[in-house]
This record gives sequence, C-alpha cells and structure tokens, in this order.
Amino acid sequence: MADTIKIKKGLTINLLGEATKEVSDYSPSEYALKPTDFTGVFPRLLVKEGDLVNAGTPVFHDKLKERIVFCSPVSGVVKAINRGEKRVLQEIVITPDEKLSYEDFGKLDSSSLSREEIIEKMVKSGVWPMIRQRPYTIIANPDDKPKSIFVSGFDSSPLAPDLSFVISSELPLFKAGMDVLMRLTEGKLHLGLPAGQNELAGIKGVETTFYSGPHPAGNVGVQIHHREPINKGDIVWIVNAQDVLVIGRLFQLGVYDPAVTIALTGSEAGKQGYLRTRKGASLKGMFPRDAKTEGNMRIISGNVLTGEKVRHDGYLGFYHQQVTVIPEGNHHEFFGWAMPGFSKFSFSKSYFSWLTPGKKYKLDTNLHGGERALVMTGQYEKVFPMDILPMQLIKACIIEDIDLMEKLGIYEIDEEDFALVEFIDTSKTDIQKIIRKGLDLVRKEMS
Amino acid sequence: MKALRNYLDRIKPQFREGGKFEKLHSTFDAFETFLYVPDSTTTSGSHIRDAVDLKRTMSVVLLALMPALLFGIWNTGYQHYLSLGQTASFGQIFSFGLWKVLPIVVVAYASGLAVEFIFAQYRKHEVNEGYLVSGMLIPLVMPVDIPLWMVAVSSIFAVILGKEAFGGTGMNVFNPALLARAFIFFAYPAQITGDTIWTAGLTKGTGVIDGFSGATPLARAASGAIDKLPSMHDLFFGFIPGSIGETSKLAIIIGAAILILSGIGSWRIMVAGLLGGVTITLIFNAVAANAYMTIDPLTQVMMGSFLFGMVFMATDPVTAAQTNRGKWIYGFLAGFFAIMVRVFNPAYPEGTMLAILLMNTFAPLIDHFVIESNIKRRLKRAKAVV
Repeated sequence: MADTIKIKKGLTINLLGEATKEVSDYSPSEYALKPTDFTGVFPRLLVKEGDLVNAGTPVFHDKLKERIVFCSPVSGVVKAINRGEKRVLQEIVITPDEKLSYEDFGKLDSSSLSREEIIEKMVKSGVWPMIRQRPYTIIANPDDKPKSIFVSGFDSSPLAPDLSFVISSELPLFKAGMDVLMRLTEGKLHLGLPAGQNELAGIKGVETTFYSGPHPAGNVGVQIHHREPINKGDIVWIVNAQDVLVIGRLFQLGVYDPAVTIALTGSEAGKQGYLRTRKGASLKGMFPRDAKTEGNMRIISGNVLTGEKVRHDGYLGFYHQQVTVIPEGNHHEFFGWAMPGFSKFSFSKSYFSWLTPGKKYKLDTNLHGGERALVMTGQYEKVFPMDILPMQLIKACIIEDIDLMEKLGIYEIDEEDFALVEFIDTSKTDIQKIIRKGLDLVRKEMS
Repeated sequence: MKALRNYLDRIKPQFREGGKFEKLHSTFDAFETFLYVPDSTTTSGSHIRDAVDLKRTMSVVLLALMPALLFGIWNTGYQHYLSLGQTASFGQIFSFGLWKVLPIVVVAYASGLAVEFIFAQYRKHEVNEGYLVSGMLIPLVMPVDIPLWMVAVSSIFAVILGKEAFGGTGMNVFNPALLARAFIFFAYPAQITGDTIWTAGLTKGTGVIDGFSGATPLARAASGAIDKLPSMHDLFFGFIPGSIGETSKLAIIIGAAILILSGIGSWRIMVAGLLGGVTITLIFNAVAANAYMTIDPLTQVMMGSFLFGMVFMATDPVTAAQTNRGKWIYGFLAGFFAIMVRVFNPAYPEGTMLAILLMNTFAPLIDHFVIESNIKRRLKRAKAVV
C-alpha cells in the first residue's frame, strides 16, 4: 500500500482563469527551440537557415557534451536563427511541413535492450534533455548512475494543468515510458500523486507516494526531500510526467514526437481550455478571440510562480506545460498600502481579504512595494515544507559561502522550491535569482 | 488624485541624478511611495507578488499599538486628576493626557526620522519604515513627566548607535526603542527613577493631595510593600501609574491579538516569554525567601512592562532569534530573566528592558545552535545512508 505524506506548510494561491477540461488540437505556423531553456548548456548549431529537418533531426548540441543533442519537434524548414545580446543563441525557428515526417529510431521494446542501449537510443533521438538531475536541475549526464528517479504525477502550482486528466487518455504510453525509466536506475522509480483516487496509481514496479496539502506538494524537490533526501554526492534524476509519454512513444513507435498538452490559463487568457500541441509551439494564434494578449499584458510560458516572460508571439518553453496571461501592474496605487484591501491577496492577514478565503483573485505583476532589507523573520518557514532553514540558506547564497550553502542543504533545492517564499516575501527581494546564482556557483566550484 | 500624480511625475526628474534637488532624492522617494504604491513590476521568477510590504507590516504593528497609546493618553489624565484629588469629565481627562503625551510622540518621531532621512540620503537607499514603529514604541515606554529634550536625545542615540551604526534597518543587534529607554535610564538616572515621574505634574508637586505617592506597583513590590499592590482589576485594566503604554494589560492583549492574527508578530516568542515568566515565578514561590518572591505568577505578569515587552519589544523580527526553534528559547529566557532581574535587584525595578536587551545579545548565539543542529541532522542522514 502506498504511503500518504501530509504537506502542511505551503500556500494555494486562488487565481481566476482556470482551464476548463476540454482539449483541442493546436498546430501553429512556427515552432522554436530555445537553447536558453537548458541551464548550463553551451549550444553549437548543427543546422543553418533554409535547411530541411525531420522531427528528430538534431538542431544543436552542447559544446561541452557533444553527445547531448537537441532535436527538431517537427519536420520542416529552418526559418530563422535569432540571436540576442552578445550573439547569444535565442531561438531556432522552424516552419512545419503540411505532413510531418519523422526520423526513424526503430521500434524496439525496452525489455530487449541493455541499459546502455536504452540510454544510447534516448540520447540520439533527442529525448535525453527531458532527463534532468538534482542537484542543480540540469540535464543529466548519461554516464551517471542515479540513486533513484522521481516523476511528479501532479502539478500543484497556480492554475496548473491536471496531469491525471492529460495523461490518463494515453496510459499505455505512460506505462511504457515508466518501464524505460525503471531500467535506468538500480534504485527506485518514484511517482508522486495527489491524495485520492488516481488513474496513474498502481503501475507495477513503481514506488507510488500520495501527497496531500497545498502547493508546493507537487514540486518534485519536495517529494524527493520526503522520500530520499539528497546528500552531498548523491544524484537523483527527475522527469516531467508528460515527458514520460514522449519516452514511451520513442520506444513504442520509434519516433521523436514531443507532443504536450498545455493548459491555457490566467485571468486575461479568454476562454480557457487545454491544447494538444508540441514543445516549442508558437503562441501566435494560440489564444481564443476573447483573450487580451495585446497591450499591457504579461504572457508567461509556464506558471505565474516560476514561468518565463515571453512575447505575445513567443514560443512555449521546453519544460513548460502551461501558458498564463495576466495583466501588467505598472501603475501607481494611491495609498495602496493603507487601504483595507478586501480584494488584495496576501498570505499574511494584514489585508481584510482574509475574511473571504475561497475568493479567486485577478492578480497583476505589480511588486506591491519597494525593495527593503530582509526584516521579517519566521515568514518563509510557513511556506517551505522541508527540513531546511530558508532564510539562512538565502543569506548563504548572497554571501557566496559555498561551504555554508552545502551544509544548509543547497543540493536538495531548486529555485522553484523558493517560488512561494519569493511570492510572500515582504522585502520584495528576487529570491529565485539569488538561489539560481547560488546553485550555479556551487556547480562551477564542484566541476 | 490624478492632478497630484501628474504633479509628482512632473517634479520627479528634479530629484533624480543631475537634478536640482538631487540631494533630497531619498526624501522625495519616501513621500512618493507613502502617497502611492510604486509602479514597479516583477521581471522574472514569481510574476505575481503578495500584497503585503514593509509599509503595510509596520502599519499593522502601529494599529496594534493604538489601544495601548489611547489608553495611555487617558490614563495620563486620569492619574493627574487623581493626584490632585479632583474629579474631571472624560473629555477633560483625555485632552489633558493628549496635551502631555502628544508632544512626546511628535518629538520622538521628528528627531528619529530626521536622522533616518539623513542616513538614507547619505547611503543612497530608500527610507526604511522600521522607525515608524520604533518612534511609537519610544513614547510608550517613557514616563509621562520626562523632559522633551531627553526624548529627542534618546531617540537620536537609538537611531544612530542602535541602528545606523550596524548598517541600518535589518542589521541592528538591539531593539532601538529599548536602547532609547536604556540610554535614558543610565544617562539620567535621577530623572527617570523614583515615584513622581510616572504621573504628569507630580514632579513639580503643586497641589497634590496628601497620601498620593505615584509609586508604581513594581516600586511597591521592591520595597516589600506587597500588601499595598493595586487590585487585579486595576492591574488588568491599567488604572495605575507607569510608563505611558504599559499600564493597560487589556490594551496590550488586544494588540497581541492583532499581531498574532495578522501573522506579523511571533506568537512563539509571546507564548514562550509568558512561560518563562511563569516558570521563574513558580520557582520563586517555592523558595519564598522574601516578600517579593511570594507574589503569585499572575500578579507578576500583570505588573510593570512585562507584557508590553513580551508582546511588542521581544517580538521585533530583526533583534529576536530568527529561527523558529530559536524564538522559543529566546522568548522563554527573556521572560525568565525579566522577572528574575526585577526580583533580585531592587535597583532596577523594571527587569524587562534589561532582559530583552540581554537576549538580543544572545539571539545570534541561539540561532547558531539551532542552525548547527539542522546541519548535524543533515550530516547524520548522509552517514546513515553510507
């Protein structure tokens, strides 16, 4: 019988704009791979503008680990290669063909292959970047032997898609993908699910754990912490639940088909629903007619806590399964800090909105205050469900004390685990940035 | 409102670098952000943010202090007319109190904020809101007959040496308001001790009726006159002489409720402080070597500024222990020592101030041990796997 772990600390942010459970297909006129999605990768292009590619044709690889290739999600023509400041590669834009053609990687059942052969196939076909490692949340090294592998079967962040709903229609593929992952570790393959009935429960050989409680219960970092906490030197691999389907497809059908079902969410996204599309889909034409994407809006690939700000004609991030549209908050508010605040969302009960706990809010991107010193203590702990001292770890990152970061548990966390801390922070500090810098520093020092 | 906004936007460039009033940059910012929540937005990470900021936090603390302040104003008038043996209407009592207390509040704010603004400009950062609370706490822990210049000197001392010398808000080791009180206590002992300073006009002593001493319950207890302590009713509601804000326990409990419910004050410190105070009193009761030791826990807690200190002073998030477990230890010891100092050393009738300042000193050490134990747990876990 699977265990249930109660997550007590955390916060569910009630936002307007949840996606209704209706799935439609979305085939945009462009796709793009964004090398910036991959932390720590130095991209080297393998194609040039005008080249024809298939779904699964390598588009670029990592200069430092040339084995790791990143493949086109569709067949078509390389339309543009966009660079940003200092010629940093930003986007490789691909216009899809009418009819998709795939590179053939061969239909082979994973049970007939050795671990090395499985990894070789995953690396060659471009699914390997879906396998990431903790610590640091970077693409896993195929030569490593992870202590265990974790898949979080639900997303608890604000307005996130219901993964059981998305995956249950393709359950056999999910099982096939999980069978592949099982072969990659000598340890356990963990699957975290929300407490209650779930279609994804009961896969043979998978260590299932149920989690109850508010966000961040669905964060894989929280789940690892409660099942197999990472000590210095440990490596744990993590995979997004929808990417397990892509891995399943590779072994069952022999193709690289990075399909993903995303939720269109946020108070300004119009009539919300689920869209079946592919990684890197262009957002141009994604929104229904009643969406307000032009003008003073923030369009986010991902969720409001950890997502990336994109243009209204930008592209879906590689690891994202949600697009959110909320209003920008670049306006002054007269005596805003002194108002009763019935419609202001706050974790503290300093505004009267605590009288209406079930209310859903339309929140904008305003900081709601100026940046200050880290004055309030004991706040972060209330939304940080790990046996780690968040304030002290943040301070260790600020002073770049690697030894102290290590002692305070830097290996166990990722910036997304600090998203709620950043949200409720009174001092308006960019805490996720501080954590990312700390993680990068440790990684540089250790390699 | 639009006109005001337009006006601010028009004059703003003059306060920026190269502008005419560049030197008043921080001052302008302070007033602008006071009137308007800034229009700055998030860039990455969490795209939405909680509506709370330091201004809101501090205004909730101020709100929590209001009952104590209002009662303090009333009680100042009440004690005054009591000392004269006159009866007066509520309006008379309150306006007399206001006339006495308001100047102390104004002086504390004006002198402290002036220093804050100068330092903010000098350091080129925004004016922090922390002093809004300190500036209210300072008057509330002062005796009402204090000369105003002493309030000014102690406020300035508190801001410069208590806060800015350590790097400003968030970096200070000692609670600034308590430091102001301690400064005045040791610098001008003659003016701040004795029985007469707690009642307005009693220092001059004109027209005072016979038999009115103005002694606080603590002074009576210290002299062994525990049979002359005020009734529990008076102690609880605060119809007693004492520092302006400390007398009414009811007002303090209302303040504590606001702090705890809003999630801004640490209930851990308050509860632990109370536990600490009760524990040492029970020990004293068991020993009972002198009259002071025989006072029951409830009366001990109700006397002096014990409750005020535990609710508003010990809970200062910057100078208290920062870890949750540390807050328990810190609060307990603060309460423990507060009663201990008061009972053992009659020269310091009020131990709360010294106990909290002492615990401010030890807070980083307490945190150090809490952090070390967290680190050890992690190392032990790593070894258990191997």
